[in-house]
Amino acid sequence: MEKLSGAEMLIRALQDEGVEHLFGYPGGAVLHIYDAIFQQDKVQHILVRHEQAATHAADGYARATGKPGVVLVTSGPGATNAVTGIATAYMDSIPMVVVSGQVRSDWIGDDAFQETDMVGICRPIVKHSFMVRRTEDIPEIVRKAFYIATTGRPGPVLIDIPKDKTAPQVKLPYEFPKKVKMRSYTPVARGHSGQIRKAVEELMKAKRPVIYAGGGVVSGNASELLTAVAHRLGFPVTNTLMGLGCFPYNDKQFVGMLGMHGTYEANMVMHNADLIMAVGARFDDRATNDASKYCPGATIIHIDVDPATISKNVRADVPIVGPVQQVLEDMLGMLDEHGGQPDQKALGRWWEEIEGWRKVHGLRFEVNEDGLMKPQQVVQALHRVTKGDAYVTSDVGQHQMFAAQFYGFDKPRRWINSGGLGTMGFGLPAAMGVQLAFPDATVACVTGEGSIQMNIQELSTCLQYGLPIKIININNQALGMVRQWQDMQYGGRHSSSYMESLPDFVKLAESYGHVGIKVDRFEDLEGAMEKAFSLKDRLVFMDIYVDPTEHVYPMQIADGAMRDMWLSKTERT
Amino acid sequence: MRRIISILMENEPGALSRVVGLFSQRGYNIETLTVAPTEDNTLSRLTLTTFGDDRTIERITKHLNKLIEVVKLVDLTEGSHIERELMLIKVKATGAQRAEVKRTVDIFRGQIVDVTSSVYTVQLTGASDKLDAFINAIGETQVLEVVRSGVSGISRGEKVLSI
Repeated sequence: MEKLSGAEMLIRALQDEGVEHLFGYPGGAVLHIYDAIFQQDKVQHILVRHEQAATHAADGYARATGKPGVVLVTSGPGATNAVTGIATAYMDSIPMVVVSGQVRSDWIGDDAFQETDMVGICRPIVKHSFMVRRTEDIPEIVRKAFYIATTGRPGPVLIDIPKDKTAPQVKLPYEFPKKVKMRSYTPVARGHSGQIRKAVEELMKAKRPVIYAGGGVVSGNASELLTAVAHRLGFPVTNTLMGLGCFPYNDKQFVGMLGMHGTYEANMVMHNADLIMAVGARFDDRATNDASKYCPGATIIHIDVDPATISKNVRADVPIVGPVQQVLEDMLGMLDEHGGQPDQKALGRWWEEIEGWRKVHGLRFEVNEDGLMKPQQVVQALHRVTKGDAYVTSDVGQHQMFAAQFYGFDKPRRWINSGGLGTMGFGLPAAMGVQLAFPDATVACVTGEGSIQMNIQELSTCLQYGLPIKIININNQALGMVRQWQDMQYGGRHSSSYMESLPDFVKLAESYGHVGIKVDRFEDLEGAMEKAFSLKDRLVFMDIYVDPTEHVYPMQIADGAMRDMWLSKTERT
Repeated sequence: MRRIISILMENEPGALSRVVGLFSQRGYNIETLTVAPTEDNTLSRLTLTTFGDDRTIERITKHLNKLIEVVKLVDLTEGSHIERELMLIKVKATGAQRAEVKRTVDIFRGQIVDVTSSVYTVQLTGASDKLDAFINAIGETQVLEVVRSGVSGISRGEKVLSI
């Protein structure tokens, strides 16, 4: 059997897992591993400029491809810098394997140089973690880490490796385990057929039904099945922020995103529904408003691969634990077997009511005739110029909500944002991961002048690897969402939400070797965007000045029900 | 309501910290905790007591089951069960008190395991409320030091928690 050092074992095991890209940053504790990387060419290492970006890039890669993202960082600050990205992936259930270096094992606990208890720090934000205690365990640990990260409800897994376990002098036989078996970890393989049958009965009885689909449909690769079930039933479909794209935005059964900044019709449908079928969604507080006032008349069917999510925030009447893909497939079969239709008369009346709600707000906003353009117009232009076919990553804030509301996604894995943790600085590195996975795809990062500055150093990484990302910087010279809340709840006192001393982003982009374009008039917008997207092999930073006073609407009223919303600065339900 | 949750888990470094961490992370309380390897030394048995309504306990057990190292668990309070706790307690034993303490120890079927001219060290096992009752009977002013093991439990009858 071939003999390898611990460092070589690690890299070989990554190769055996089919890893193509490894996002990382070197340092003392991982130098043996970097030496092993240098001596092979199957795993390409992407050198970021900050470890947080390594985790977000791996995360973006994972969201776009469905394959696990892989990260390598050194001990101490390298590891702690990765923490925000790990937490981001954890909250959105993204498969990721993070390898962190550790000081040599006989120094652990001595407060050695660049020592930190990474396993301890990460405990609440990983699906699982491993500390390598014996070099010969490395292949099995890698195999288990990938297995855990990608099965059941996906999530990040940490492998912490003390430097002495990767030393080049110690060579041991390498064998990659063919199978992985863990008596304490067996993800649910099938939803209970009796429960699915019960759900079908409820679906047939429903008079005011809605399908509420979340990120689990995207990560569970069940978009087509969800669409088939929805079409078979003729029910309205709403998506969570994480679910956008799992049901086509232009389908007539789509009522838009629900929740805090959801459409009027989506939130009204939810509030008035007598049956909610939640698929791969977790009744997050941003999607339910006050859970005690949530959808009072609804029977709830909840399909999720994670039993701990079911009845966590809102009690489910028909819980179904299982992979959404398999459950929906079985459901479709049972619907065919049943052969019947839901109450068509009731459904007709329900749709009439919904069409009425569609007319109430319809994501309207006022256009400035001769003033600054509105951020919504930027996203609309982006959709036109990219023909709705871009991968769109975003940062966090108003621009994120505008992108979610106005871009329109007709395919899963195209909308890439930090929904759960709400991590500013996510967008650009995530776009790097997407662009590396799909070198020929159009990748746009919708961001703001606040968020982009949280990982702006990655412009350098983009140059090094020739990543032609298009950055759409919606510049309102303020931390827009913070300011919106200050306007609405703090008497307009803009405490630390104004961005003074902004850089000249055009010059900044140019200094990194990219193209910068500034736009401050609406009539120039589409032309400039066309030009930007025609530069296929260049990163273009579009710095677009918009009306700083704009708010995101609708906006649910805190501690209210789903139907309680602000529709503009002056109108509420 | 007080619950006794008994967990069979991999006997690996870090497993205990994940269980304990889960409680603080999710805002639950641990009242008592005891853990040791079983007859199969790859497995540990952890018993903890906590307070909560049915919904909270359901959430706790679901989250515990999600931990990769947890193999199986049972809420012992759902069925009939035996619970035991061990207490070592040092009490003042001087003058007339000396005989009185001895009598109380006998009533509670405890054992005096160490003696000095002024102190008895008593060992007592039983359900937690029996140990509480002993402390009350002795009187808090007589008590010098208490150490309790936390609750261990097992279900009655043929039901077993094993893999």
